[in-house]
Amino acid sequence: MSDSPTDYNAMELMVTCASRLLENGRTVAVGTGVPCSAAMLAQRLHAPDLTVFFEAGGVAPQLPAMPISVGDSRTFYRGLMATSMCEVMETCQRGLMDYTFLGGAQIDPYGNLNSTMIGDDYANPRVRFPGSGGANDLASLCWRTLVVTNHDPRRFVEQLDFMTTPGYLDGPGAREAAGLMPGTGPYRVITDLAILGYHDQTRRMEVLSLHPGVTLDEVQQQTGFEIGAASELIGTEPPSEQELRVLRDEVDPHGYVIGR
Amino acid sequence: MDTLEQGSGKLFTDPSSIAARADFRQKSRAMTEKVTTVSDAVDRLLGDGDYLAIGGFGGDRIPTAVVHEVIRQNKQDLGFAGHTSTHDFQVMCAGNLMGRGQVLARVDNAYVVGLEARGLSRQARRVMESGEVEFTEWSNYTLALRFRAAAMGVPFLPAHSVLGTDTMKHSAARKIVCPFTEEPMVAVPALYPDLAVIHVHESDPFGNCRIEGISVADLDVARSAKRLIITCERVISNDEIRSNPTRTAIPYYCVDAVCEVPLGSYPGNMPYEYYSDEEHIGQWLAVEEDLDEYRRFLDYHIFEVSDHQEYVRRAGGLDRLEELRRLEFMETS
Repeated sequence: MSDSPTDYNAMELMVTCASRLLENGRTVAVGTGVPCSAAMLAQRLHAPDLTVFFEAGGVAPQLPAMPISVGDSRTFYRGLMATSMCEVMETCQRGLMDYTFLGGAQIDPYGNLNSTMIGDDYANPRVRFPGSGGANDLASLCWRTLVVTNHDPRRFVEQLDFMTTPGYLDGPGAREAAGLMPGTGPYRVITDLAILGYHDQTRRMEVLSLHPGVTLDEVQQQTGFEIGAASELIGTEPPSEQELRVLRDEVDPHGYVIGR
Repeated sequence: MDTLEQGSGKLFTDPSSIAARADFRQKSRAMTEKVTTVSDAVDRLLGDGDYLAIGGFGGDRIPTAVVHEVIRQNKQDLGFAGHTSTHDFQVMCAGNLMGRGQVLARVDNAYVVGLEARGLSRQARRVMESGEVEFTEWSNYTLALRFRAAAMGVPFLPAHSVLGTDTMKHSAARKIVCPFTEEPMVAVPALYPDLAVIHVHESDPFGNCRIEGISVADLDVARSAKRLIITCERVISNDEIRSNPTRTAIPYYCVDAVCEVPLGSYPGNMPYEYYSDEEHIGQWLAVEEDLDEYRRFLDYHIFEVSDHQEYVRRAGGLDRLEELRRLEFMETS
Protein backbone atom coordinates (compact mmCIF):
# COMPACT_ATOMS: atom_id res chain seq x y z
CA MET A 1 0.00 0.00 0.00
CA SER A 2 1.37 3.39 -0.94
CA ASP A 3 1.91 5.96 1.77
CA SER A 4 1.34 8.91 -0.53
CA PRO A 5 -1.03 11.50 0.92
CA THR A 6 -3.46 11.05 -1.97
CA ASP A 7 -4.04 7.42 -1.05
CA TYR A 8 -6.49 7.38 1.85
CA ASN A 9 -10.12 6.40 2.31
CA ALA A 10 -13.09 8.44 3.54
CA MET A 11 -12.94 6.98 7.05
CA GLU A 12 -9.26 7.86 7.41
CA LEU A 13 -10.01 11.41 6.30
CA MET A 14 -12.90 11.71 8.79
CA VAL A 15 -10.88 10.38 11.72
CA THR A 16 -8.01 12.72 10.82
CA CYS A 17 -10.30 15.77 10.59
CA ALA A 18 -11.88 14.87 13.94
CA SER A 19 -8.51 14.44 15.63
CA ARG A 20 -7.31 17.88 14.48
CA LEU A 21 -10.20 19.53 16.33
CA LEU A 22 -9.05 18.13 19.69
CA GLU A 23 -6.68 20.60 21.30
CA ASN A 24 -3.91 19.65 23.72
CA GLY A 25 -4.72 19.96 27.43
CA ARG A 26 -8.45 19.47 26.89
CA THR A 27 -10.95 16.83 27.93
CA VAL A 28 -13.10 14.68 25.67
CA ALA A 29 -15.87 12.15 26.30
CA VAL A 30 -15.76 9.50 23.60
CA GLY A 31 -17.48 6.35 22.50
CA THR A 32 -15.98 3.39 20.67
CA GLY A 33 -15.02 3.49 16.99
CA VAL A 34 -14.34 6.79 15.20
CA PRO A 35 -14.35 9.04 18.32
CA CYS A 36 -11.96 6.79 20.15
CA SER A 37 -9.67 6.57 17.11
CA ALA A 38 -9.70 10.35 16.69
CA ALA A 39 -8.74 10.88 20.33
CA MET A 40 -5.98 8.26 20.15
CA LEU A 41 -4.59 9.85 16.98
CA ALA A 42 -4.66 13.34 18.54
CA GLN A 43 -2.83 12.04 21.63
CA ARG A 44 -0.07 10.55 19.48
CA LEU A 45 0.38 13.72 17.39
CA HIS A 46 -0.49 17.21 18.60
CA ALA A 47 -2.38 16.57 21.86
CA PRO A 48 -0.41 14.28 24.21
CA ASP A 49 -2.21 15.84 27.18
CA LEU A 50 -5.74 15.26 25.91
CA THR A 51 -7.67 13.44 28.65
CA VAL A 52 -10.11 10.82 27.45
CA PHE A 53 -13.28 9.85 29.35
CA PHE A 54 -15.74 7.01 28.73
CA GLU A 55 -19.26 7.55 30.08
CA ALA A 56 -19.39 4.21 31.92
CA GLY A 57 -16.57 5.36 34.22
CA GLY A 58 -13.19 4.91 32.49
CA VAL A 59 -10.89 7.92 32.91
CA ALA A 60 -7.62 8.54 31.03
CA PRO A 61 -6.80 5.01 29.87
CA GLN A 62 -3.58 4.31 28.01
CA LEU A 63 -5.62 2.64 25.31
CA PRO A 64 -3.75 -0.45 24.19
CA ALA A 65 -6.37 -1.43 21.63
CA MET A 66 -9.78 -0.32 20.48
CA PRO A 67 -12.49 -1.04 23.09
CA ILE A 68 -15.57 -2.92 21.85
CA SER A 69 -17.84 -1.53 24.57
CA VAL A 70 -17.88 1.91 26.21
CA GLY A 71 -17.69 -0.01 29.51
CA ASP A 72 -15.19 -2.77 28.76
CA SER A 73 -11.92 -3.05 30.64
CA ARG A 74 -9.89 -1.40 27.87
CA THR A 75 -11.66 1.88 28.69
CA PHE A 76 -9.70 2.04 31.96
CA TYR A 77 -6.60 0.04 31.00
CA ARG A 78 -3.72 1.68 32.86
CA GLY A 79 -6.17 4.57 33.41
CA LEU A 80 -6.04 7.22 36.10
CA MET A 81 -9.42 6.25 37.54
CA ALA A 82 -12.06 3.55 37.19
CA THR A 83 -15.18 5.28 38.47
CA SER A 84 -18.92 5.53 37.86
CA MET A 85 -21.21 6.87 35.19
CA CYS A 86 -22.49 9.60 37.53
CA GLU A 87 -18.91 10.72 38.24
CA VAL A 88 -18.17 11.14 34.51
CA MET A 89 -21.52 12.79 33.70
CA GLU A 90 -21.19 15.11 36.68
CA THR A 91 -17.69 16.09 35.53
CA CYS A 92 -19.46 17.19 32.34
CA GLN A 93 -22.24 18.88 34.32
CA ARG A 94 -19.72 20.88 36.39
CA GLY A 95 -18.29 22.31 33.14
CA LEU A 96 -15.04 20.35 32.88
CA MET A 97 -15.70 18.46 29.62
CA ASP A 98 -14.60 20.32 26.51
CA TYR A 99 -15.69 17.96 23.74
CA THR A 100 -17.89 15.03 23.04
CA PHE A 101 -18.50 13.00 19.88
CA LEU A 102 -21.94 11.79 18.87
CA GLY A 103 -23.75 10.20 15.95
CA GLY A 104 -27.31 9.29 15.06
CA ALA A 105 -29.72 7.95 12.48
CA GLN A 106 -30.87 11.51 11.65
CA ILE A 107 -29.47 15.02 12.13
CA ASP A 108 -31.36 18.24 11.39
CA PRO A 109 -30.15 21.75 10.38
CA TYR A 110 -29.73 22.76 14.03
CA GLY A 111 -27.63 19.74 14.90
CA ASN A 112 -30.39 17.95 16.82
CA LEU A 113 -29.99 14.17 16.66
CA ASN A 114 -32.31 11.17 16.49
CA SER A 115 -31.15 7.79 17.77
CA THR A 116 -34.50 6.63 19.18
CA MET A 117 -36.99 5.66 16.49
CA ILE A 118 -38.18 6.05 12.92
CA GLY A 119 -41.90 6.46 12.35
CA ASP A 120 -44.62 8.89 13.32
CA ASP A 121 -45.94 7.16 16.45
CA TYR A 122 -43.55 6.89 19.39
CA ALA A 123 -45.48 4.01 20.96
CA ASN A 124 -45.49 2.02 17.73
CA PRO A 125 -42.16 2.74 16.04
CA ARG A 126 -41.50 1.59 12.47
CA VAL A 127 -37.88 1.07 13.50
CA ARG A 128 -36.72 1.16 17.09
CA PHE A 129 -33.14 2.28 17.79
CA PRO A 130 -31.33 2.15 21.14
CA GLY A 131 -32.41 5.59 22.40
CA SER A 132 -30.30 8.28 24.00
CA GLY A 133 -27.77 6.20 25.88
CA GLY A 134 -25.49 8.93 27.17
CA ALA A 135 -25.88 11.08 24.04
CA ASN A 136 -28.50 13.50 25.35
CA ASP A 137 -26.54 14.02 28.58
CA LEU A 138 -23.23 14.59 26.81
CA ALA A 139 -24.76 17.02 24.28
CA SER A 140 -26.51 18.86 27.12
CA LEU A 141 -23.51 19.06 29.42
CA CYS A 142 -20.25 19.20 27.39
CA TRP A 143 -19.03 22.49 25.93
CA ARG A 144 -18.67 21.44 22.30
CA THR A 145 -20.47 18.60 20.54
CA LEU A 146 -18.85 17.05 17.48
CA VAL A 147 -20.68 14.73 15.13
CA VAL A 148 -18.98 12.33 12.74
CA THR A 149 -21.28 10.73 10.19
CA ASN A 150 -21.69 9.74 6.56
CA HIS A 151 -23.34 12.36 4.41
CA ASP A 152 -26.60 11.37 2.73
CA PRO A 153 -30.06 12.95 2.39
CA ARG A 154 -31.79 10.27 4.50
CA ARG A 155 -29.57 11.19 7.42
CA PHE A 156 -29.47 14.99 6.97
CA VAL A 157 -33.17 15.83 7.26
CA GLU A 158 -35.17 19.03 7.80
CA GLN A 159 -37.41 17.37 10.42
CA LEU A 160 -36.39 14.57 12.79
CA ASP A 161 -38.82 11.72 13.56
CA PHE A 162 -37.74 12.05 17.22
CA MET A 163 -35.40 14.55 18.86
CA THR A 164 -33.31 12.32 21.10
CA THR A 165 -30.44 14.71 21.69
CA PRO A 166 -30.34 18.51 21.70
CA GLY A 167 -28.48 20.56 19.16
CA TYR A 168 -29.59 24.19 18.90
CA LEU A 169 -33.23 22.93 19.19
CA ASP A 170 -35.23 25.31 16.92
CA GLY A 171 -32.70 28.10 16.59
CA PRO A 172 -30.92 30.98 18.34
CA GLY A 173 -31.49 31.19 22.10
CA ALA A 174 -33.59 28.01 22.23
CA ARG A 175 -31.12 25.97 24.27
CA GLU A 176 -30.89 28.64 26.94
CA ALA A 177 -34.68 29.11 26.95
CA ALA A 178 -35.14 25.36 27.50
CA GLY A 179 -32.78 25.51 30.45
CA LEU A 180 -29.67 24.01 28.88
CA MET A 181 -26.36 25.45 30.04
CA PRO A 182 -25.19 28.67 28.31
CA GLY A 183 -22.21 28.34 26.01
CA THR A 184 -22.79 24.67 25.19
CA GLY A 185 -23.93 23.20 21.88
CA PRO A 186 -23.09 21.71 18.50
CA TYR A 187 -19.70 22.70 17.13
CA ARG A 188 -18.72 20.69 14.04
CA VAL A 189 -20.08 17.93 11.85
CA ILE A 190 -17.48 15.91 9.98
CA THR A 191 -18.75 13.89 7.05
CA ASP A 192 -17.21 12.03 4.13
CA LEU A 193 -17.82 15.16 2.00
CA ALA A 194 -17.12 18.19 4.18
CA ILE A 195 -16.66 19.80 7.55
CA LEU A 196 -19.78 21.67 8.65
CA GLY A 197 -20.29 24.29 11.33
CA TYR A 198 -23.17 26.46 12.51
CA HIS A 199 -23.97 30.05 11.49
CA ASP A 200 -23.40 32.45 14.38
CA GLN A 201 -26.77 34.18 14.04
CA THR A 202 -29.16 31.59 12.61
CA ARG A 203 -27.55 28.54 14.28
CA ARG A 204 -28.22 26.60 11.09
CA MET A 205 -25.67 24.20 9.69
CA GLU A 206 -23.30 25.56 7.03
CA VAL A 207 -20.35 24.21 5.07
CA LEU A 208 -16.97 25.35 6.41
CA SER A 209 -14.59 23.18 4.45
CA LEU A 210 -14.93 20.93 1.40
CA HIS A 211 -12.96 17.71 1.24
CA PRO A 212 -10.60 17.31 -1.75
CA GLY A 213 -12.51 16.89 -4.99
CA VAL A 214 -15.93 17.67 -3.48
CA THR A 215 -18.09 20.57 -4.71
CA LEU A 216 -20.67 22.60 -2.81
CA ASP A 217 -23.34 21.28 -5.22
CA GLU A 218 -22.53 17.70 -4.26
CA VAL A 219 -22.86 18.53 -0.58
CA GLN A 220 -26.24 20.20 -1.22
CA GLN A 221 -27.43 17.15 -3.21
CA GLN A 222 -26.57 14.86 -0.31
CA THR A 223 -28.24 17.11 2.28
CA GLY A 224 -32.00 16.88 2.86
CA PHE A 225 -32.30 20.57 3.74
CA GLU A 226 -30.98 23.82 2.34
CA ILE A 227 -27.42 24.26 3.46
CA GLY A 228 -25.38 27.42 3.10
CA ALA A 229 -21.65 27.94 2.99
CA ALA A 230 -19.42 30.04 5.21
CA SER A 231 -18.23 33.28 3.62
CA GLU A 232 -14.66 31.98 3.69
CA LEU A 233 -15.16 28.47 2.39
CA ILE A 234 -11.90 26.53 2.44
CA GLY A 235 -10.61 23.16 1.29
CA THR A 236 -9.90 20.36 3.78
CA GLU A 237 -6.21 19.60 4.16
CA PRO A 238 -5.80 15.91 3.25
CA PRO A 239 -4.27 13.59 5.86
CA SER A 240 -0.50 13.92 6.01
CA GLU A 241 1.84 10.97 5.66
CA GLN A 242 2.49 11.17 9.39
CA GLU A 243 -1.21 11.20 10.29
CA LEU A 244 -1.86 8.19 8.08
CA ARG A 245 1.14 6.28 9.37
CA VAL A 246 0.20 6.74 13.03
CA LEU A 247 -3.47 6.03 12.34
CA ARG A 248 -2.73 2.82 10.41
CA ASP A 249 0.22 1.50 12.41
CA GLU A 250 -0.56 2.55 15.98
CA VAL A 251 -4.19 3.60 16.42
CA ASP A 252 -6.05 1.02 14.35
CA PRO A 253 -3.57 -1.61 13.12
CA HIS A 254 -6.35 -4.20 12.65
CA GLY A 255 -8.42 -1.79 10.58
CA TYR A 256 -11.56 -2.11 12.72
CA VAL A 257 -12.49 1.52 12.15
CA ILE A 258 -10.60 2.60 9.05
CA GLY A 259 -11.38 -0.65 7.26
CA ARG A 260 -7.89 -1.40 5.98
CA MET B 1 -41.88 23.95 43.63
CA ASP B 2 -43.80 24.60 40.40
CA THR B 3 -43.73 22.17 37.50
CA LEU B 4 -43.17 24.01 34.19
CA GLU B 5 -43.46 20.97 31.99
CA GLN B 6 -44.17 17.30 32.47
CA GLY B 7 -43.06 14.30 30.45
CA SER B 8 -45.90 12.11 29.21
CA GLY B 9 -44.07 8.87 29.99
CA LYS B 10 -45.44 6.49 32.57
CA LEU B 11 -43.81 6.13 35.96
CA PHE B 12 -43.57 2.38 36.57
CA THR B 13 -42.43 2.55 40.20
CA ASP B 14 -43.31 4.63 43.26
CA PRO B 15 -40.69 7.37 43.87
CA SER B 16 -41.85 8.01 47.44
CA SER B 17 -39.00 7.88 49.93
CA ILE B 18 -41.54 7.52 52.74
CA ALA B 19 -42.96 4.37 51.16
CA ALA B 20 -39.44 3.05 50.50
CA ARG B 21 -38.41 3.67 54.11
CA ALA B 22 -41.33 1.55 55.26
CA ASP B 23 -40.02 -1.29 53.07
CA PHE B 24 -36.43 -0.82 54.22
CA ARG B 25 -37.63 -0.80 57.81
CA GLN B 26 -38.71 -4.42 57.32
CA LYS B 27 -35.46 -5.46 55.61
CA SER B 28 -33.28 -7.77 57.73
CA ARG B 29 -30.10 -6.26 59.15
CA ALA B 30 -28.94 -9.60 60.54
CA MET B 31 -25.48 -10.60 59.35
CA THR B 32 -26.48 -14.09 58.32
CA GLU B 33 -24.96 -16.33 55.68
CA LYS B 34 -26.81 -15.84 52.40
CA VAL B 35 -25.03 -18.24 50.08
CA THR B 36 -27.47 -20.07 47.84
CA THR B 37 -28.08 -21.24 44.29
CA VAL B 38 -29.16 -18.98 41.45
CA SER B 39 -32.39 -20.92 40.98
CA ASP B 40 -33.33 -20.60 44.66
CA ALA B 41 -32.49 -16.88 44.73
CA VAL B 42 -34.58 -16.09 41.64
CA ASP B 43 -37.42 -18.30 42.81
CA ARG B 44 -37.59 -16.63 46.23
CA LEU B 45 -36.72 -13.02 45.47
CA LEU B 46 -38.38 -12.22 42.14
CA GLY B 47 -42.14 -12.30 41.74
CA ASP B 48 -44.35 -11.86 38.69
CA GLY B 49 -45.07 -8.16 38.15
CA ASP B 50 -41.88 -7.04 39.91
CA TYR B 51 -39.52 -4.34 38.66
CA LEU B 52 -36.00 -5.62 37.91
CA ALA B 53 -32.67 -3.80 37.61
CA ILE B 54 -29.51 -5.45 36.28
CA GLY B 55 -26.03 -4.19 37.16
CA GLY B 56 -22.98 -3.75 34.97
CA PHE B 57 -22.96 -2.24 31.50
CA GLY B 58 -24.90 -4.50 29.15
CA GLY B 59 -22.03 -6.77 28.19
CA ASP B 60 -19.60 -5.88 30.94
CA ARG B 61 -19.75 -7.38 34.45
CA ILE B 62 -23.32 -8.66 33.99
CA PRO B 63 -25.04 -11.36 36.10
CA THR B 64 -25.72 -13.63 33.12
CA ALA B 65 -26.72 -16.67 35.21
CA VAL B 66 -29.58 -14.78 36.87
CA VAL B 67 -30.85 -13.26 33.62
CA HIS B 68 -31.00 -16.77 32.12
CA GLU B 69 -32.74 -18.10 35.23
CA VAL B 70 -35.37 -15.34 35.09
CA ILE B 71 -36.49 -16.42 31.63
CA ARG B 72 -36.01 -20.13 32.46
CA GLN B 73 -38.38 -19.77 35.42
CA ASN B 74 -40.64 -17.84 33.03
CA LYS B 75 -41.30 -14.94 35.37
CA GLN B 76 -44.10 -12.79 33.93
CA ASP B 77 -45.05 -9.16 33.53
CA LEU B 78 -41.75 -7.64 34.69
CA GLY B 79 -40.71 -4.01 34.71
CA PHE B 80 -37.11 -3.42 33.67
CA ALA B 81 -34.50 -0.67 33.84
CA GLY B 82 -32.91 -0.48 30.37
CA HIS B 83 -29.77 1.26 31.48
CA THR B 84 -27.22 0.57 28.77
CA SER B 85 -28.82 -2.79 28.65
CA THR B 86 -27.35 -4.65 25.69
CA HIS B 87 -26.78 -8.39 25.93
CA ASP B 88 -28.83 -8.62 29.13
CA PHE B 89 -31.76 -6.93 27.39
CA GLN B 90 -31.34 -9.27 24.43
CA VAL B 91 -31.77 -12.23 26.83
CA MET B 92 -34.78 -10.66 28.57
CA CYS B 93 -36.44 -10.11 25.18
CA ALA B 94 -35.81 -13.76 24.36
CA GLY B 95 -38.25 -14.52 27.17
CA ASN B 96 -41.02 -12.81 25.19
CA LEU B 97 -40.28 -14.74 22.00
CA MET B 98 -40.67 -18.34 23.13
CA GLY B 99 -44.45 -18.40 23.06
CA ARG B 100 -44.60 -18.83 26.82
CA GLY B 101 -46.19 -15.55 27.80
CA GLN B 102 -44.64 -12.17 28.43
CA VAL B 103 -41.53 -11.81 30.57
CA LEU B 104 -40.97 -8.12 29.78
CA ALA B 105 -43.96 -5.80 30.10
CA ARG B 106 -42.60 -2.36 31.05
CA VAL B 107 -39.23 -0.80 30.25
CA ASP B 108 -37.50 2.41 31.26
CA ASN B 109 -35.38 2.99 28.13
CA ALA B 110 -32.07 4.73 28.28
CA TYR B 111 -30.27 2.35 25.94
CA VAL B 112 -31.88 -0.87 24.72
CA VAL B 113 -32.03 -3.01 21.56
CA GLY B 114 -28.46 -2.20 20.50
CA LEU B 115 -25.24 -4.00 21.37
CA GLU B 116 -23.07 -0.91 20.92
CA ALA B 117 -20.65 -1.27 17.98
CA ARG B 118 -21.71 -4.90 17.41
CA GLY B 119 -25.05 -3.87 15.91
CA LEU B 120 -28.75 -4.10 16.76
CA SER B 121 -30.58 -7.16 18.11
CA ARG B 122 -33.21 -7.99 15.52
CA GLN B 123 -35.39 -9.86 18.01
CA ALA B 124 -35.12 -7.21 20.74
CA ARG B 125 -36.20 -4.70 18.14
CA ARG B 126 -39.09 -6.95 17.22
CA VAL B 127 -40.24 -7.00 20.85
CA MET B 128 -39.93 -3.22 21.16
CA GLU B 129 -41.71 -2.61 17.84
CA SER B 130 -44.55 -5.05 18.67
CA GLY B 131 -46.50 -2.73 20.95
CA GLU B 132 -46.62 -5.43 23.67
CA VAL B 133 -44.15 -3.58 25.91
CA GLU B 134 -44.88 -0.22 27.52
CA PHE B 135 -41.91 2.10 27.61
CA THR B 136 -40.77 5.42 28.98
CA GLU B 137 -37.74 7.26 27.66
CA TRP B 138 -34.66 8.35 29.65
CA SER B 139 -30.97 9.03 29.08
CA ASN B 140 -28.14 7.10 30.71
CA TYR B 141 -27.38 9.83 33.21
CA THR B 142 -30.98 10.62 34.16
CA LEU B 143 -31.71 6.92 34.69
CA ALA B 144 -28.51 6.53 36.75
CA LEU B 145 -29.56 9.59 38.72
CA ARG B 146 -32.92 7.97 39.48
CA PHE B 147 -31.05 5.14 41.22
CA ARG B 148 -28.89 7.69 43.01
CA ALA B 149 -31.96 9.54 44.34
CA ALA B 150 -33.33 6.24 45.65
CA ALA B 151 -29.94 5.33 47.14
CA MET B 152 -29.94 8.72 48.89
CA GLY B 153 -33.45 8.14 50.20
CA VAL B 154 -34.90 11.21 48.48
CA PRO B 155 -37.81 11.24 45.98
CA PHE B 156 -36.08 13.15 43.16
CA LEU B 157 -32.85 14.81 42.03
CA PRO B 158 -32.30 17.76 39.68
CA ALA B 159 -30.02 17.87 36.63
CA HIS B 160 -29.19 20.04 33.62
CA SER B 161 -29.83 17.31 31.05
CA VAL B 162 -32.59 16.19 28.60
CA LEU B 163 -34.31 19.61 28.60
CA GLY B 164 -35.94 20.72 25.35
CA THR B 165 -35.96 17.29 23.68
CA ASP B 166 -38.41 14.48 22.82
CA THR B 167 -36.44 12.31 25.23
CA MET B 168 -37.71 14.63 27.99
CA LYS B 169 -41.20 14.74 26.46
CA HIS B 170 -41.54 10.93 26.55
CA SER B 171 -39.93 10.56 29.98
CA ALA B 172 -41.66 10.83 33.32
CA ALA B 173 -39.37 13.70 34.32
CA ARG B 174 -40.56 17.19 35.15
CA LYS B 175 -39.13 20.59 34.42
CA ILE B 176 -38.84 22.68 37.56
CA VAL B 177 -37.30 25.97 38.66
CA CYS B 178 -34.41 25.90 41.11
CA PRO B 179 -35.70 27.51 44.35
CA PHE B 180 -32.33 29.25 44.89
CA THR B 181 -31.14 30.41 41.44
CA GLU B 182 -34.37 30.26 39.43
CA GLU B 183 -32.60 28.20 36.76
CA PRO B 184 -34.88 25.79 34.91
CA MET B 185 -33.84 22.20 35.62
CA VAL B 186 -35.09 18.68 35.11
CA ALA B 187 -36.27 16.72 38.17
CA VAL B 188 -36.01 12.95 37.88
CA PRO B 189 -37.96 10.65 40.21
CA ALA B 190 -36.24 8.09 42.45
CA LEU B 191 -36.29 4.53 41.14
CA TYR B 192 -36.60 1.83 43.80
CA PRO B 193 -36.46 -1.55 41.99
CA ASP B 194 -38.12 -4.53 43.66
CA LEU B 195 -35.06 -6.59 42.80
CA ALA B 196 -31.57 -5.71 41.61
CA VAL B 197 -28.96 -8.23 40.52
CA ILE B 198 -25.26 -7.36 40.40
CA HIS B 199 -22.24 -9.47 39.45
CA VAL B 200 -19.11 -8.69 41.46
CA HIS B 201 -15.61 -10.08 41.79
CA GLU B 202 -15.74 -11.19 45.41
CA SER B 203 -18.28 -11.43 48.20
CA ASP B 204 -18.14 -12.92 51.66
CA PRO B 205 -20.99 -15.27 52.69
CA PHE B 206 -22.88 -12.33 54.20
CA GLY B 207 -22.79 -10.18 51.04
CA ASN B 208 -19.95 -7.76 51.69
CA CYS B 209 -18.73 -7.21 48.12
CA ARG B 210 -15.69 -6.08 46.18
CA ILE B 211 -15.82 -4.74 42.63
CA GLU B 212 -12.72 -4.19 40.47
CA GLY B 213 -12.75 -1.57 37.72
CA ILE B 214 -15.59 0.79 36.91
CA SER B 215 -18.73 0.62 39.03
CA VAL B 216 -21.05 2.12 36.36
CA ALA B 217 -24.23 2.79 38.43
CA ASP B 218 -23.98 -0.28 40.64
CA LEU B 219 -23.16 1.36 43.98
CA ASP B 220 -26.45 3.24 43.68
CA VAL B 221 -28.38 0.33 42.12
CA ALA B 222 -27.36 -1.87 45.08
CA ARG B 223 -28.58 0.68 47.61
CA SER B 224 -31.80 1.57 45.78
CA ALA B 225 -33.14 -1.98 45.51
CA LYS B 226 -35.66 -3.44 47.93
CA ARG B 227 -34.04 -6.85 47.39
CA LEU B 228 -30.57 -7.60 46.01
CA ILE B 229 -29.02 -10.76 44.55
CA ILE B 230 -25.23 -10.80 44.27
CA THR B 231 -23.47 -13.20 41.96
CA CYS B 232 -19.71 -13.34 42.37
CA GLU B 233 -16.67 -14.89 40.75
CA ARG B 234 -15.49 -16.07 44.19
CA VAL B 235 -16.81 -16.26 47.73
CA ILE B 236 -14.12 -15.00 50.11
CA SER B 237 -13.94 -15.03 53.91
CA ASN B 238 -15.25 -12.34 56.21
CA ASP B 239 -11.68 -12.04 57.56
CA GLU B 240 -10.51 -11.13 54.08
CA ILE B 241 -13.16 -8.37 53.89
CA ARG B 242 -12.14 -7.06 57.31
CA SER B 243 -8.46 -7.01 56.31
CA ASN B 244 -9.23 -4.11 53.95
CA PRO B 245 -12.66 -2.52 54.46
CA THR B 246 -11.76 0.30 52.05
CA ARG B 247 -12.37 -2.17 49.25
CA THR B 248 -15.95 -2.99 50.26
CA ALA B 249 -18.21 -1.56 47.56
CA ILE B 250 -21.53 -3.02 48.73
CA PRO B 251 -22.24 -3.83 52.40
CA TYR B 252 -24.00 -7.00 53.59
CA TYR B 253 -27.13 -5.16 54.80
CA CYS B 254 -28.12 -4.37 51.21
CA VAL B 255 -27.84 -8.02 50.15
CA ASP B 256 -30.41 -10.84 50.25
CA ALA B 257 -28.61 -13.65 48.42
CA VAL B 258 -25.04 -14.50 47.44
CA CYS B 259 -24.47 -16.92 44.56
CA GLU B 260 -20.98 -18.09 43.63
CA VAL B 261 -20.89 -18.15 39.82
CA PRO B 262 -17.40 -18.40 38.34
CA LEU B 263 -17.28 -16.89 34.83
CA GLY B 264 -20.57 -15.30 35.83
CA SER B 265 -20.37 -12.40 33.40
CA TYR B 266 -19.71 -14.65 30.40
CA PRO B 267 -20.18 -13.96 27.48
CA GLY B 268 -19.62 -10.45 28.81
CA ASN B 269 -16.35 -8.94 29.92
CA MET B 270 -15.18 -9.23 33.56
CA PRO B 271 -12.41 -6.74 34.38
CA TYR B 272 -9.10 -8.37 35.29
CA GLU B 273 -10.64 -11.84 34.74
CA TYR B 274 -11.72 -12.42 31.12
CA TYR B 275 -12.65 -10.43 28.03
CA SER B 276 -16.02 -10.67 26.26
CA ASP B 277 -16.53 -13.67 23.95
CA GLU B 278 -17.24 -11.80 20.72
CA GLU B 279 -17.50 -15.05 18.79
CA HIS B 280 -20.47 -16.23 20.88
CA ILE B 281 -22.13 -12.79 20.98
CA GLY B 282 -21.70 -12.58 17.20
CA GLN B 283 -23.32 -15.99 16.83
CA TRP B 284 -26.22 -14.82 18.98
CA LEU B 285 -26.81 -11.79 16.74
CA ALA B 286 -26.54 -13.95 13.63
CA VAL B 287 -29.11 -16.59 14.68
CA GLU B 288 -31.62 -13.84 15.46
CA GLU B 289 -32.12 -13.42 11.72
CA ASP B 290 -34.35 -16.51 11.81
CA LEU B 291 -36.87 -16.92 14.63
CA ASP B 292 -37.02 -20.75 14.48
CA GLU B 293 -33.26 -21.06 14.47
CA TYR B 294 -33.15 -18.54 17.31
CA ARG B 295 -35.59 -20.58 19.40
CA ARG B 296 -33.48 -23.73 18.89
CA PHE B 297 -30.41 -21.72 19.88
CA LEU B 298 -32.17 -20.52 23.05
CA ASP B 299 -33.30 -24.05 23.91
CA TYR B 300 -29.74 -25.33 23.54
CA HIS B 301 -28.07 -22.47 25.40
CA ILE B 302 -30.65 -21.56 28.06
CA PHE B 303 -33.80 -23.63 28.39
CA GLU B 304 -32.22 -27.10 28.30
CA VAL B 305 -29.33 -26.02 30.51
CA SER B 306 -29.18 -26.71 34.24
CA ASP B 307 -26.68 -24.06 35.32
CA HIS B 308 -24.23 -21.42 34.19
CA GLN B 309 -21.24 -23.76 33.96
CA GLU B 310 -23.11 -25.93 31.49
CA TYR B 311 -24.05 -22.85 29.46
CA VAL B 312 -20.44 -21.67 29.31
CA ARG B 313 -19.40 -25.14 28.17
CA ARG B 314 -22.11 -25.33 25.51
CA ALA B 315 -21.31 -21.83 24.22
CA GLY B 316 -17.65 -22.76 23.77
CA GLY B 317 -16.49 -20.43 26.51
CA LEU B 318 -14.47 -23.06 28.36
CA ASP B 319 -12.51 -23.87 25.21
CA ARG B 320 -11.83 -20.19 24.65
CA LEU B 321 -11.15 -19.28 28.26
CA GLU B 322 -7.36 -19.09 27.92
CA GLU B 323 -7.79 -16.82 24.92
CA LEU B 324 -10.33 -14.62 26.73
CA ARG B 325 -7.95 -14.27 29.67
CA ARG B 326 -5.07 -13.37 27.34
CA LEU B 327 -7.26 -10.75 25.64
CA GLU B 328 -8.21 -9.33 29.02
CA PHE B 329 -4.62 -8.93 30.11
CA MET B 330 -3.56 -7.62 26.70
CA GLU B 331 -1.01 -10.36 26.29
CA THR B 332 -0.05 -11.24 22.77
CA SER B 333 -0.48 -14.94 22.15
